[in-house]
Amino acid sequence: MIARRCLWMPPTLFGLLLIVFTVSHVIPSDPARVMAGENASADQVAAIRHQYGLDQPLPRQFLRYVEDVTEGDMGTSLFTQRPVAEDLLARLPATMELALYAMTFAVAAGVPLGVVAALRRNSWLDHVVRVITVAGLAMAAFWLAILLQLLFSMWLGLTPVQGRIDGWGPDPITGFFTIDAVLHGDWETLGQALRHLVLPAMTLALPAVATIVRFTRAGMINVLSSNFVFYQTAMGIPRRRIVWKYLLRAALIGTLTQIGLIFGNLIAGAVVVETVFDWPGLGSFAVNSILHSDYNAIMSFTVFTGVVFILTNLAVDVAQTLLDPRGR
Amino acid sequence: MKRLLRDRSARFGLIIIVVLVLSAIFAGVLAPFPQDVDTYHLPRRLLGPNAVNFFGTDRMGSDIFSRLLFGARLTILIAVVATSAAVLIGVPIGLIAGYYNNRFSDLLMRVSDVFLAVPQIVLAIAIAQTLGPAIHNVILALSITYWPFWARLVYAETRSVRHEVFIEAAVALGASPLRVMVLHVLPSIASSVIVRTTIGLGGTILVAAALGFLGLGPPPPTPEWGRMIAESRAFLPQAWWYAAAPGLAILLVVMGFNLLGDGLRDALDPRLSRGKDGP
Repeated sequence: MIARRCLWMPPTLFGLLLIVFTVSHVIPSDPARVMAGENASADQVAAIRHQYGLDQPLPRQFLRYVEDVTEGDMGTSLFTQRPVAEDLLARLPATMELALYAMTFAVAAGVPLGVVAALRRNSWLDHVVRVITVAGLAMAAFWLAILLQLLFSMWLGLTPVQGRIDGWGPDPITGFFTIDAVLHGDWETLGQALRHLVLPAMTLALPAVATIVRFTRAGMINVLSSNFVFYQTAMGIPRRRIVWKYLLRAALIGTLTQIGLIFGNLIAGAVVVETVFDWPGLGSFAVNSILHSDYNAIMSFTVFTGVVFILTNLAVDVAQTLLDPRGR
Repeated sequence: MKRLLRDRSARFGLIIIVVLVLSAIFAGVLAPFPQDVDTYHLPRRLLGPNAVNFFGTDRMGSDIFSRLLFGARLTILIAVVATSAAVLIGVPIGLIAGYYNNRFSDLLMRVSDVFLAVPQIVLAIAIAQTLGPAIHNVILALSITYWPFWARLVYAETRSVRHEVFIEAAVALGASPLRVMVLHVLPSIASSVIVRTTIGLGGTILVAAALGFLGLGPPPPTPEWGRMIAESRAFLPQAWWYAAAPGLAILLVVMGFNLLGDGLRDALDPRLSRGKDGP
């Protein structure tokens, strides 16, 4: 199963490159013109066309593109003149840290809320939880980000308005500021990093919380009526233990299948959330590239995100297979 | 329909959608300042909500409420056209791939998997950036990124009914594959497609707003809700209404489609229980 999954990676990546290549080289009538930007002179366009081999036949261009990307070369940014792959790799930890905190928060909030909502079905608590989930899935993430920023940063002054840290971050070991700060024993930096993290992570987490609550609640309601609950109650096992140990384990299987999807959504949501909080990750990189019409950077961002996405899904699949014996 | 209206949240969703459609149709009549879509009055800029400007005015002194009403037209246009296109591409592909069991159907599903391997918004950004900021390009970007959802759904559903007795009977009677697919398979899976489409409309609106927010939507002065929120950021924290109003509109409309979709699911298919999420 895991082996089969891994075997599918190369074709999927190849397909991804084909899509991005089509978008960047085949759809525009003159890719060199798009790359050079609106204000470029005819000479500049011609130079770019030659430099990037855009005057060669499409199949050859595609082969060269695949070759470059597999070697880790994503070209240089037309705006900063730096290698795009380096910039993307340097920004990956920021996005990953944000997504991981969002995921942790989503699970820590979503699972208990889902369980309680299922246990007290149709109580006021269940209704409140339902309103939160319905709103959480319908809210534009960038809007929520702006509202939270307005309330907590601008009006109440509790959290920093933007950024990942004041000044320079801790010396990188993992690239995750909070983990690095702990490793250095630098508690002040840790506190500061966490204060910067809290709003973006919560914004990003809300749709994930909503999804997790829905699945946990549905799974819980499903197993609540099963025979083994009746049996265990008859055996005299305390209700609390039945619910939080046996029921939860059965109910969470449905939720687990969603984790990969949720994590992907978190990375996608980071694009807009990072913009609002000026979080120096992949998302704000993409948005800066859009602002500068830095074409090459945007296409590389798409490929890079695709690769990260495919790898996380693979990791989640593997984890799931290991956790749930039925899937083996 | 009756079953749908019995559900309180589905009724609420339906009301929101009806209000949205009505306000889009009658935007010209309902808007207190219909000319404010493309004219400006700098003396009246950044006024808070008051009796004349219900949601205040923006950086150009235009009435935000009026712009929101006209923005509803745009929102509906983008959502309906993009979603319909995605359905029209995705459903046939899913049907064909699910009905036949050969290399070609495998290939079709692999292609849709590749599209699903990138987050939708990321691919939409790449396409919209290539094509340039315009309404039809947003629609194109959204339909190209969204069809695999319907292809996947229809594929799975077609697979599950493919060997049911009523399909085998139609095949045995000599019906052509096309006839079986359109007249026998499609009706039996229509309810899940309808539910997915309703919820998909809400999802499309969210992504379209995000594209607008990132500056990839239709250019100004188009009253696009996402772009309005992006514009407002320069005037925070003072002009909070400027950011709040368009986002509230997005929230309500997407919520309307989601609630309606959930209600439809319960009404059309009692087997599926509430609380399960779509793909």
